Amino acid sequence: MQIIFGTRVLQFALQAAIPLTLGAMCGILCERSGILNVGIEGMMLVGAFTAFLAMTATRHWSLPASLGLSVMVTLLAGWLFGFLHAFFCIFLRLNQILSGVALIIFAQGATTHFLDRNFLDVGSFANAPIPLLSEIPVIGALLFDKPPLTYTALLSVLVLGFALNRTRWGLRTRAVGENPRAVESAGINVRHLQYLNISIGGALAALGGGYLVLEAAGQFQQGITAGRGFISLAAVILGNWSPLGALGAALLFGYTQAIPKELLTVQESLLPSQFISMLPYVVTIITVSIFMGRVRPPAALGHS
Amino acid sequence: MSLYKPESRIPVLEVLNCTKVFQGEAVNLDISFALSSGEILSVLGENGAGKSTLLKIIYGLHKATEGEIVVRGHRLQAHSPRDAIAEGIGIVPQYSQLIPTMTVAENIVLGQEKVKGPRLNVSVAAKEILKLARQCNWEIEPNQLTAELSYADQIRVEVVRALYRNAELLILDEPTSFLTPQESDSLFEVLRKLAAQGMGIIFLTPKLKEAMAIANRILVLRRGRAVGFALPDQTSESELTSLMLGRGIAPPINKEMFTSARFPVLEIKHVDVLGVKGRFAVNDLTLSVNAGEVVGILGTPDNGQTELLQAITGMRRPQTGNLLLSGRDITRASPRQIAQRGNCGYVPEDRREFGLVEAFSVTENYLLKMNNQPPFSWFGMLRPRQNKRQALRLSQELNLQVRGSDQAGGRLSSGDQQRLVMARESSHSPKLLVVAEPTRGVDVESAEFIHAQITQMRNQGTAVLLVSYDLDEIINLADRIAVMFEGRLIDLLPSSQADRNRLGLLMAGHPG
Repeated sequence: MQIIFGTRVLQFALQAAIPLTLGAMCGILCERSGILNVGIEGMMLVGAFTAFLAMTATRHWSLPASLGLSVMVTLLAGWLFGFLHAFFCIFLRLNQILSGVALIIFAQGATTHFLDRNFLDVGSFANAPIPLLSEIPVIGALLFDKPPLTYTALLSVLVLGFALNRTRWGLRTRAVGENPRAVESAGINVRHLQYLNISIGGALAALGGGYLVLEAAGQFQQGITAGRGFISLAAVILGNWSPLGALGAALLFGYTQAIPKELLTVQESLLPSQFISMLPYVVTIITVSIFMGRVRPPAALGHS
Repeated sequence: MSLYKPESRIPVLEVLNCTKVFQGEAVNLDISFALSSGEILSVLGENGAGKSTLLKIIYGLHKATEGEIVVRGHRLQAHSPRDAIAEGIGIVPQYSQLIPTMTVAENIVLGQEKVKGPRLNVSVAAKEILKLARQCNWEIEPNQLTAELSYADQIRVEVVRALYRNAELLILDEPTSFLTPQESDSLFEVLRKLAAQGMGIIFLTPKLKEAMAIANRILVLRRGRAVGFALPDQTSESELTSLMLGRGIAPPINKEMFTSARFPVLEIKHVDVLGVKGRFAVNDLTLSVNAGEVVGILGTPDNGQTELLQAITGMRRPQTGNLLLSGRDITRASPRQIAQRGNCGYVPEDRREFGLVEAFSVTENYLLKMNNQPPFSWFGMLRPRQNKRQALRLSQELNLQVRGSDQAGGRLSSGDQQRLVMARESSHSPKLLVVAEPTRGVDVESAEFIHAQITQMRNQGTAVLLVSYDLDEIINLADRIAVMFEGRLIDLLPSSQADRNRLGLLMAGHPG
C-alpha cells in the first residue's frame, strides 16, 4: 500500500505524465481542428534535440539564461515543425497519417545524424517552490515544489480547457473539427485557424520533448522520447479529446510506469518481475479497449 | 426576358451573365436576373438544373467562371462567404449544416460571436436569438443541442441565423424537402412576412406548386440555363413543366390490379430496434407487405425508417419481435442470406455509401450482389468477358450516360447511379423489394424510370416496401400508406383514402 500510494511513486508518476500531457495537448489542438497528427513523437523528438542543441551552444552562459533561451528555441522549432505538418496536410493535401509518419522518420534521422556525442550532459532546471503553497504537507511537495516546465504543462491544460470551451477561438476550433464546410459558410477562414492551431500544437509537443532534456534528464540520448508521442495520442483518445480528460489519462499512464519501477526497486514482490514490467502496457490496452466505445472523435477528423 | 427585373424598383441583387464550368461542363450558363427588396423570386428547376451552384456562386462558396454579382450597387468579385455575409446575404442550405454537438446559440453566433473579455457572451446572444425567433412566432431554445432538433426546427434555426447576421437577402435551397405540408405552409407565412418587411428572398425548388404558391416571380432553370421567367398568376403548371423539362408531363403511372391471391411476403411482428443513439428507434412495429402491392412508409426523417429497413435487410438486429420473409424467420439472418435465399432486393437510402462502390466499374458494381452464382461465375471463378457483355447490355437498356462498362460508378450522374442500383436489385425478380428514397437528388427522367420500374415489379407480383420523405411520391406509388412517427406506426391507410392534409398531420405525430 505504501509503495503504491507513496510520495515517491506519485512524484515519478507526475514526472512521467508531464511530457505525455504536453504531447496530448498537441494532439487535441490538431484533432479538434480536424487534422490527424500521428507525428507527435517526431515533434517531441525535434523539441528535445533543439533544446539540447541550444544548451550546448550556450554552454558558456549562466545556466538560467541558457535554459531560458533553450525553451524559446524549442518552442520556435516546434512551431515550425507543426507548421510543416499543416503545410503538408492543408496546402499539399497529403494524406494526414503519411505526413505524421514522415515527420517522425525525419526527426529520428536528423537527430541521430547531427548528434554530437561530446556534449551529452547539459544542465537542467531546478525546483522552483511556490511560496506558501509548497508548505502544505504532502500536496505541497507533490505539486508546488516543481521545476518551471511542470507548472507550464499543468497551466497549459487549464488554459486550453478554458479556451476551447469558453472563447470565440474555441467555438470556432470545435466547429472546424465537426464540420469545416459549415464554418467556411459562416465566413471564417478555416485554413488560417488550422495553421495556427497545429503550429501551437507543435510548439507544445516540442516543449514536451524539451522537458525531457531541460528538466527530467539534463541530457540527451538518441531516441530519448521512446514512444511518448504515441502514448500521448492514446491519452487524447482516452481523455475524449478534452484537455482535462487527457491530463487524467496522462497521469494514469504515468502512474502505471511509476508502479513497476517502484516495485522492482523494492524487490519484495510476489510476482515475477516480467509481469510487473508488463503492467503499463496491459493497463493501456485494457483502459483504451474499455473506453474506446464511449469516446467520440471530432466528426470531421482526417477528412479533406 | 422581359421579366428580367420588375419595373420601378431598385434591385438588391443583380446576377449578370453568370457562368460556371466544372470539368468542361457548364452547370450554370449565362444566367442573369435581378431581385428587388421585398420580392420573393422562385428559382424552379429539376435536380441537376444548377440551382445549388447558383446559390454557391452568389454566396461566395464557388467562384463564377464568368459573370458578375452585384449587391445594392456593389460589385462582388472573387468574394468569400465572409464578404457575402457583410453584404447582407444569408442562406438556408439544402442539407442542414448545423453542428450537432453544439447548441442552437453556438451554431447561430458562429462567425459573429459576441465576447466579454476573452469569454463568449452567451446570454446576450441568447436574448437576441429569442427576440428574432419571436418575430417569426417560433419557439427556439438557445441552449438545446441541435442534434435533438426536428427538421422543421433546423430550418427555423437556419433562418434565425440569417436574421441574426442582419441578412437583407435570404436564399433558401429546397427548404421543404423534409417538411410536412403544414410545416411548409407555416414557413411560407414567415417568408411572406419577412418579404413584407423588405427582405429579398430567393426560393430554390424543384416543385411547381411550391413555386406558384410562394413566388412573386418565377425563374426557370433547365440544364444550367435560365430558360424563362413567369408570373404565378399569368402562367400554368403545364407551361412551367414544359419550360422546366423541355417536354410535357409524363402520363400517370399505370397501376393494374394484381389479380392473383394476396398473401403476405414480408411480415413484421412487434419489432423493436435499437438506434444509433442507444435509444429505441423502432417501437413495437407490426406491418405486413403482400405480394403485388406497394406499401409506402411515410414520415419525416429520423423517425426510425432507416433502422427498420436495416433490420429487414439484416444489417441491424432487432431487440425483440420477429421478421418473416415468405414465411421463413429472418430475424437473425445475415444480409447475404436475406438477399440470396430470401430473394430480397434492397435499394438503400444512401446510394453512395451503401448502394454501390464508387471506385468500382459499372460491371463490378453490377456484380456486387450475385457474383457467386451462375451465370456470373463458374465454379467459384468470375467470368469477366461474359459479365462485361452483360453489363454493357444493361447500361444500354438503362440508357446510362457511360463511356463503356469500365467507367467508375462514382463518375456516373446520381440518376444513372440510382438506375444501376435499381436494375441490379430487381434483376432477379425478387419476392421482396425494399426501396428507400429512390429519387432523392435524381433527375426527373431517371425518377420517372425508377417509378415505372417499381410499378412494373409490383404488377408482376413483387412485394414492395417503399420508404420516402416525399409525400407525393408515396401517394403516387403506394397501395397502402403506413405513417411512422418516433419509431411507431401511427396509422395505416389505403392510398385511396389519403389526402395531403391528413397525412401531413399524421407525419407530425397527430393521429387523426
